[in-house]
Amino acid sequence: MKSTRRSFIQKTALFSGAFCLGFDWFQANGKEVSMVQTTMESGRFNAFLAIDPSGKIILYSPNPEIGQGIKTAFPVVVAEELDVDWKDVEVRQANLDTQNFERQLTGGSGALKHSWERLRKAGATARKMFVQAAAQTWNVDASTCKTSKGFVLGPKGQKASYGSLVAIASKLPVPTEVTYKNRKDYQIIGKRTKGVDNQSVVTGKPVFGLDIEKPGMVIAQIIRPPFGATLKSFDAADALKMPGIVDVVSFKNKVAIVGKSTWEVMKARGTVSCKYNSGDFDSDSTHQKWFDEGMKTDKATVQRKDGDFAAALARSAKVVEATYECPFISHSPMEPMNFFADVRADGTVILAGPTQVPQSAQKAVASLLKIDEKKVEVELSKMGGGFGRRLNNDFALDAAELSSIIKKPVKVMWTREDDMGGGIYRPAARYHFKAGLDASGNMIAFYLRGVGINAGNATRQDNFPVGAIENVLVESVNQVSAVTTGPWRAPITNFLGYAEQAFLDEVAEAGGKDPVQMRLDWLARAKSNPVGKITYEPDRFIEVIKQAAEKSNWKKKPGIYQGFSVYFSHLSYVAQVADAQMVDGKAKITHVTAVTDCGEVVNLSGAENQIKGAIIDGMGHALFAKLRFNDGVASPTNFNGYRLIKGNEIPTINAYFVDNGIEPTGLGEPALPPTGGSIANALYAATKKRLYKQPFEV
Amino acid sequence: MSIQLTVNKKKMSLDIDPNTPLLWALRDHMSLKGTKYGCGIAQCSACTVWVNGEATRSCVLPISAVANADITTIEGLSDHGDHPVQVAWDELDVPQCGYCQAGQIMTAASLLKKKPNPSKTEIVDGMSGNICRCGTYHRIQEAVKLASEIASKKKTKSTVKKSA
Ligand code: FES
Ligand code: FES
Repeated sequence: MKSTRRSFIQKTALFSGAFCLGFDWFQANGKEVSMVQTTMESGRFNAFLAIDPSGKIILYSPNPEIGQGIKTAFPVVVAEELDVDWKDVEVRQANLDTQNFERQLTGGSGALKHSWERLRKAGATARKMFVQAAAQTWNVDASTCKTSKGFVLGPKGQKASYGSLVAIASKLPVPTEVTYKNRKDYQIIGKRTKGVDNQSVVTGKPVFGLDIEKPGMVIAQIIRPPFGATLKSFDAADALKMPGIVDVVSFKNKVAIVGKSTWEVMKARGTVSCKYNSGDFDSDSTHQKWFDEGMKTDKATVQRKDGDFAAALARSAKVVEATYECPFISHSPMEPMNFFADVRADGTVILAGPTQVPQSAQKAVASLLKIDEKKVEVELSKMGGGFGRRLNNDFALDAAELSSIIKKPVKVMWTREDDMGGGIYRPAARYHFKAGLDASGNMIAFYLRGVGINAGNATRQDNFPVGAIENVLVESVNQVSAVTTGPWRAPITNFLGYAEQAFLDEVAEAGGKDPVQMRLDWLARAKSNPVGKITYEPDRFIEVIKQAAEKSNWKKKPGIYQGFSVYFSHLSYVAQVADAQMVDGKAKITHVTAVTDCGEVVNLSGAENQIKGAIIDGMGHALFAKLRFNDGVASPTNFNGYRLIKGNEIPTINAYFVDNGIEPTGLGEPALPPTGGSIANALYAATKKRLYKQPFEV
Repeated sequence: MSIQLTVNKKKMSLDIDPNTPLLWALRDHMSLKGTKYGCGIAQCSACTVWVNGEATRSCVLPISAVANADITTIEGLSDHGDHPVQVAWDELDVPQCGYCQAGQIMTAASLLKKKPNPSKTEIVDGMSGNICRCGTYHRIQEAVKLASEIASKKKTKSTVKKSA
């Protein structure tokens, strides 16, 4: 699929006579949706729906699937308001087209929230136009007409399909005022809709980036230097003699082995030796030293200050203090990084592959090659997971630079070792907490310092229980390292959530309080008389907590050790109760109850997948994952040493959703942050050992 | 020296380095991209295919070892994507990113060939070598069960037809 405007026009020609509506899926701010009726040559819009006279409904999804389900969820919303049968809808993948689309980004759980209003308006507007077209034809008042499954129904039993109304509807002015369906009338939203890519996945269609094959394409792998090191020289004499090897070149401290097939490149690569400068590169001990220094420094950045923490601590009856730590970890999506680039002699560039941010790939490559962005075309592929890794376009830049050097179309393929050893990790962080309790065990003072390595602000200073505690001080320190980092599913909160929720369990215990009731008491305070600004809605917090306690039979299960946590992130609320049992003398997480408030659940099937997947992800990484560093080199670099959770290690999970009909919010990430905490607390209940460091199992 | 093998019922002849892992022979030399690379060291099972009917990790298997063998990949599992496992996978909406699923499906279908009616433990154990980074494990396990039910219904139906 080409992404130039011309090819879009060619595509629309397939439905000549079709009703096409361009609409703004993605305008990042504001709720205004500009509707333009378009033939694709005109108007500025982000995606479109088309209905051809045969009644076929095509929805173009600007966002490729990465695993979080928006390629299905977005069209569901349009189809609902359009009032068509889901089985008549076909979803197609659009390529990057900056002229016609504004924001093609798959990252952060905010995608659906930003688009909700626009998607509904797109569907509802088209529906209204079909109603008007029918009313005009039947000479009746539009208000007497209804719609159902792609048909307009008239007052006297008239019935016309949208398809039959295309010619008239497409000539009507686009209405500005539309009414939305009542949620009790939803036919698709809230139900289970299967992923639109399922068929291609289960039959092994070549839809992923690594599957891309283009005429004249060569394959390359790149040897990257230790973090912070400079390449002095390399010896590729043997490699160049090996069959299938086309070239070995070096750029930016990297050495690229280029050949005709993957195996030939892999084999030749093993014979290339590289020499680097020596220096004081990162090791685990460096990181520990930075943590220690960061904890001591008086130059921390104050992120939040309510009341007077020091004074309140001084008058506390009891002080609880603890340090938590999380290591660097890799994203390890199942499909390793890869990217295709063809920098052509005529000055145009074709990029293709799995990126969560195609537009920034286009920009970055244009600036690297010093060419106009318009000359860079990006084709999007399905992504074998990302978890944040594909937000960084290092792989696209490598491919483009290499193609420009070797003057050939090239697919750069990362081995698992390259992927795990090659950087852009979740940053490592250490947290220090202090809580001052009064004589009745109430927390009157709360302190957090977060020291991160390339983490920016390693805290989230407005997190609950902030807002419910009189005296608060939150500080951060960032240590700068050559080890590259980036967002990892639920950035910062994926480890901060664990540390906070585990520490609050200590606070509850020290104060002689029930962890659930303690939070409910705080929320009552935050609701009636908040301390400073609060960013969460106490009522939504309270609801998930109450439901989780009830559905998990909180502390009413004999022989089961339970741990509680609740977290607000990405605008959604998730409360969890983890159940642990002693199995063969070892504490094991056997069940997790999760109650989520993410507003309206658009696709129940996808939503459940996200919640369960995020819990398994959070648990697996909390239990097993850690990268070590020695002289700038990360290890382990494959799944033999870096353990991912498997199907025989998972708890059963019950995922519930609060049914409140509020505008939908994030779903791909919010269930992850509370997971480390709920399981640490359950394991503590079972063993009486606090887990201060991830991974829990070493 | 060329190596002969049968892939998805088609006879193939390959003239490549005999050490080439079957995975890369399929992907690079036979244009069968359904079989996935995940680790290359027999740890994740993304590359699972059938060799003479046995689920096998293709990333560490040199093609010299599969001369004259009969290989089935995800593309050849069924003619119309309607193998009970494929149907069950869609029905229960198993895939998230989808990347591991070809390997999961080939493992599951092989498991069901040996044990048409597996217990919960047999399913969990049989599937425990396949990593899914997205964490679709619950649905994978449920889908294997469903696939076994679909397959046994199909069988009953065809027996009924035959006897009628
Ligand atoms: S790629 Fe073969 S087991 Fe992972
Ligand atoms: S569905 Fe993404 S790795 Fe399994």
